[in-house]
Formats: sequence, C-alpha cells, structure tokens
Amino acid sequence: MTELAKHQPATIYIKPTKGLAALNLRDLWTYRELVFFMVWRDVKVKYKQTLLGMAWAVIQPVMTMLVFTFLFDRVAKLPTEGIPYPVFSFTALLPWGLFVVALNQGSRSLVAHNNMVTKIYFPRLILPLSSVFAGLVDFAIAFVILIGLMFYFQVTPAWNLLWTLPLFLLLALITALGVALWLSAVNVKYRDVNQALPFLTQFWLFATPVAYSASVVSEKWQILYSLNPMAGVVNGFRWALLGTGSAPDITLWVSATISILIFVSGLFYFRSMEKTFADTI
Amino acid sequence: MTVAISVHNLGKRYQIGAAETKFRYNMLRDVLADTVYAPVRLAKALVGKSDRRSNQNFVWALKDVSFDLDEGKVLGIVGRNGAGKSTLLKILSRVTEPTTGTVSVRGRVGSLLEVGTGFHPELTGRENIYMNGAILGMKRSQIDRNFDAIVDFSEVGQFIDTPVKRYSSGMYLRLAFAVAAHLEPDILVVDEVLAVGDAEFQRKCIGKMNDVAQQGRTVLFVSHNMSAILRLTQEAIVLKKGQLIKRAPTAEAVDFYLSSGQAESGQRVWEADEVPAASAPFKPVAIRIRERSGKVVDTVRSTEPVMVEFEYQLDAPVTGLRVGMYLNTMRGEYVFTTFDTDDAKQFEQFGARPAGRYISRCEIPADLFNEGRYYLGVNASSFGVKRYFMDENALSFNVDISGAPGTQWPELRQGPIRPRLNWKIEKIG
Repeated sequence: MTELAKHQPATIYIKPTKGLAALNLRDLWTYRELVFFMVWRDVKVKYKQTLLGMAWAVIQPVMTMLVFTFLFDRVAKLPTEGIPYPVFSFTALLPWGLFVVALNQGSRSLVAHNNMVTKIYFPRLILPLSSVFAGLVDFAIAFVILIGLMFYFQVTPAWNLLWTLPLFLLLALITALGVALWLSAVNVKYRDVNQALPFLTQFWLFATPVAYSASVVSEKWQILYSLNPMAGVVNGFRWALLGTGSAPDITLWVSATISILIFVSGLFYFRSMEKTFADTI
Repeated sequence: MTVAISVHNLGKRYQIGAAETKFRYNMLRDVLADTVYAPVRLAKALVGKSDRRSNQNFVWALKDVSFDLDEGKVLGIVGRNGAGKSTLLKILSRVTEPTTGTVSVRGRVGSLLEVGTGFHPELTGRENIYMNGAILGMKRSQIDRNFDAIVDFSEVGQFIDTPVKRYSSGMYLRLAFAVAAHLEPDILVVDEVLAVGDAEFQRKCIGKMNDVAQQGRTVLFVSHNMSAILRLTQEAIVLKKGQLIKRAPTAEAVDFYLSSGQAESGQRVWEADEVPAASAPFKPVAIRIRERSGKVVDTVRSTEPVMVEFEYQLDAPVTGLRVGMYLNTMRGEYVFTTFDTDDAKQFEQFGARPAGRYISRCEIPADLFNEGRYYLGVNASSFGVKRYFMDENALSFNVDISGAPGTQWPELRQGPIRPRLNWKIEKIG
C-alpha cells in the first residue's frame, strides 16, 4: 500500500502504427529478463523425460559427423585441405547445427506460443530471439567435443586467427535470427512455413560447404555461392579454427551484407506484421 | 482526480471470411487450379495484397468508442456476445492494436485472463512462478519479494518443487492464479466471460477484484451476470455492435441493457447444413426462451417462470417419440432432464406423431434457478429404438436473481438451484 502511494505509473499511449513500425528497442530492454527466462526454460525442458538427457546434444552432431565421414570421406573421398575429415566436417557442423536449431525453433516460435501471443502483451521479438539464443547451449556442448576431436586428431588450432571466431558466431546468429524473423512472421498467417521448413533446411545444407570444402566450387561461381550467408559463416569458422581456405575476401563481405540485409528487413517485416499477430494466429 | 484510462474514437476492424473462401473446393479440378495458382497467391500475400474478393469482408468489432475513466473507479462493461467487450479489453492490455483512434493508459494493465500463460508442465511450481511472473512483466526482484506470499496463497506449499504436470487441476489453477494475483497492476481487467468453468475460480477472481478496487486501483469488469455487475461496480457502459451506446450509473445502465432488448438473443435457429443427415426424419428448427411477457430473452429473472419452446419438423411419421432437454450449469453439472412425453397420458396421445411442424413447450417454474449462466441441451429420441438428434449445448441463458430468496445478503449462494422454500420458525421454549 505504501509502495503504491509512492509509485507513479507511466502513461502508455496506444494507437495504430502506420507504415514502418518503430523498432521500440527500449521495450525489448525492459523485458530483457523474459528473454533470459525463455532461454532458461527451453534449455531446461528440452531433454526432460528422455533417457539420454543432455547426451543428445552430443549424439546428434557426432552421428551426423560419422555419417558424413563415411559418405564423403571414405566413399566420395572429398578433398579437405589436409585436415582429418571428422574435424573438418565437425567444425562446420558447429555453426550449422546452431543455425538449423535457430531456424526451426525460431520460425515456429510465434505459433508454438500462441497462447502467450493472444493473451498478453510483451515485445513479440522475444520469442524468435530466445529460440535462437537457446541454440547456443547445444553449441557450447558441441564446441567442447570439437576441442576433444582436435586433440585426438592432433590438429593444431590456428591460434592467431582464433579471435575472429566470435565475429563469425555473431554472423551465424544474425543470419539465423534474420531468417527466423521472416519465417515466424509469415508462419502466423500461412502455416505453409511448417511444411517448407524441412525441405528448406535440407536444401540449405547442400548449398553450404558443411560436408564438403568450399574450394570445390569453381572460381567463377564463388560470388554467387557466397550469396548464401551460411557459406561465409562456415568458411569463416574453418578459417578461424583450422586455418584452411583463404583469408576473408570479397565473398565474406557479400555473405555478411546479405546476412545483415535479411536481418534488418526481417526486423522491419516482423514489426510491421506484429500488430496483426494476435488477430491472425 | 487523475484519469487512468482515456479512450478516444477507438475502432477495430477485423477481416472475416477469408478462411471460408479458401477451402471451398469440392472437385479435384478446383484443387489443381488452386495449386497452380499457389505461387501467385504467395507472392501477393508477401507484398500485402490479398484477393480483392476477400478484401471486402470486414467487420468493425469496435467503432468510435470514447470514454474516460478516473483512477480508482470500477467500471462495468456489458453487451451481448460480439458487442466488442473482449476486443476493447484486448486493446487496453495491448494484445492487439486498434485500427483507429487512441488510448492512453496510466500504469500497467493486468488481466486475470493471463492466468497460467507460459506455464510449462515439465517445470516445477517454483520454476513456473518465476517463468510466469517474467511473462506477466514482473521483475525478478518483485517475484523474489512476493514468492512466499504466492506460495502461501496457492496452498501448494510442499509440492512447490514438483513438476506441475503432477499437480491436480485445482492445484495447478490455484498456483497460476496466485502468480497473477500478486502482479500489483495499476489497472485490473476482469473478463468473467472468458474465465469459464470453475465457480470457485470465478469467486476468487471477483474477490481479488474487490481487493484491488478497495486499494484504490482502477478495475474494468466484463460480465454477463447482471447481479455481479450491480454488486461490484458503480458505473457501467453498454456496448452494442462495437459502439458505446450508454454510460450511466450501474443500475440505470443494466436496466437499459435488459430492457432495450439487445441482450443475448435467447434463441437458437438451426440452419439446414447444421443438421446431420442421420437425424432424419427429425429436423430441429429453433429453440427459444421466453419470459412471462412472451418476449424472447437471454436473461431471465429467477423470480419469474420461464417458457422454453422447441420447434421442429418431422418429415415422416415417428412412433415412440420423445422430445426434451437437459439443463446444465456452466460447470457442466446436470440440473435436470425432461421430455415432452414424460407424462403417460401425454405419451399415449403424442407418442406416435404424423409428419408436420411441431412446437414442444414447457414452463420452468419461478424460484428455481440460482444466479449464473445455464446451458440447454436438446434431445429427440424413441426410447430403445433410435436417438434422432442431440445437441448438448443448444442455447445458453443467464439468470438474474434480483428479488430471489436471500438476496438481501450480498453473497454468493452455493448450488445450481435457489428454490423459495417454506420455512416455519417456531418458538418452542
């Protein structure tokens, strides 16, 4: 009661937003604790009532790596620039795994939480944002395995380049978030997104140098190839960790530009659709 | 006096019918044509242009609504279903955006609709309190401070570290409610219409609302229950088809609402496509509730008899027919079941009915119902032969208890019926 008397509530103005909605990042900041709680919940709940629990975070990338090793190393004998194939592919599977989880969870986040969307106010950006962040935990676990693999195969990391790794991680997050913003907003109205996601993920995997080296793509196609921002991310990861490939050149800048374009346009598209989410979901 | 809520020319337009036109194919040819057209539709949808055909199907859920509400006031909102009550509350709590107009709201709006939003069955009670609190906009420090009070209020104490999927539904609801009740909103929104089900829960909502109002905070209260509105609010607004048509002291507003005939229709008509083919030769036409004057109404007075009439068509003669109804409370308890040929003589006369149009009427005597909302189900069958038609939830109506026994005490009476019984008091010593 005494607290109430002291409390001077702020006035909120509600009116229709016109044109490109303001991003309202201040609101997002006020709700930052919610992002933390959502990530915490996702992580906490993810492996509940499973026999193997957190081990799944290890099994999934390791199994993929083993299948890739068999298919592309033993059978197809793809070149790996002198790096043992398991390490070579696992390095790429790290950002790729993060991207896939973020893409799939993020794109479904609004529809999956429709009871929140239709009942309460909060910045809707929090839903795709926290889905993307939740992928970081699996990423951290997989990173530990990578260190183990490098140790086992006696691959020395490219120490001098390692500091660039967070930048490539950031680029992976921006790409994933950008795509998730677009798809989650479209998914509210058109559930076609749910149908398209598995196909999109698979297609995208082939268009990204995860199982193979980007060097197999011929010179004249490199620029076109780098229109896929994940190609830039994966190449960057290999370069920063293993020292393979060339130093970031024009292709990285193309990837980064595309990624930022997707992100910024996604942000504005999301915000402009946001006002109709509760009505159409 | 400071203004807590100021609503100015508020309007909300919804698009309707798009979904219906979308799935109207009945031939493979249509499906194929639709598939070919799909990429075009996708492109149009992404640039924000939908088919012109569906563009015209708009409905204004709210139109030109303006009002101010002072801090510390309790405002009732009445109107029939679809009048825009829930849309108004959704705009005030910022769930959806208005199409036109502005609102300024002083302080945080909390609603008891939010109960349990974001609860995850795998998380423990403790974890859910934090999760739910954060979703409702509480700071972690605020949750910490209120944590013990929330646990006490919820009465789940010893199970606080058990996943909530192991809770009984009552425990679950109590915990969810406890979090929402400790939100300390500046403005509380209570939509009783949507808080379906549990009467205990509704009582808690109303109790909480009273507390909030007594602390001098602002409350908006939506209800179909006129006696609750009368008991709990000083002032009310009446919405009709999205427009504010009356604002007055509660008694006057409720009277206006009930007498202007725009309360719930009190009638259910079956369209041809709502009747399953299996019910032939029986065809329901309509069910209505009439008050003593003969007017079709949604809200009846507990102190007056109520006429229920069920109109139907027989396309062929039927033998052994009985047409009747179930009466249920909002919690889904049966109050009674009755058929038009329950009386043996009546059955002799009308058990076999030739084809034609019929009305079966029955009068429910006065002084039977308690306050609240009741559901009427209908049934037409030949005992042991066939059940022609059944609709468990054909029509609902409200009961207003003004003048019923015991209303001099402003309290909720337990039980679905409120009979006027003949008490005798004798001094024996």
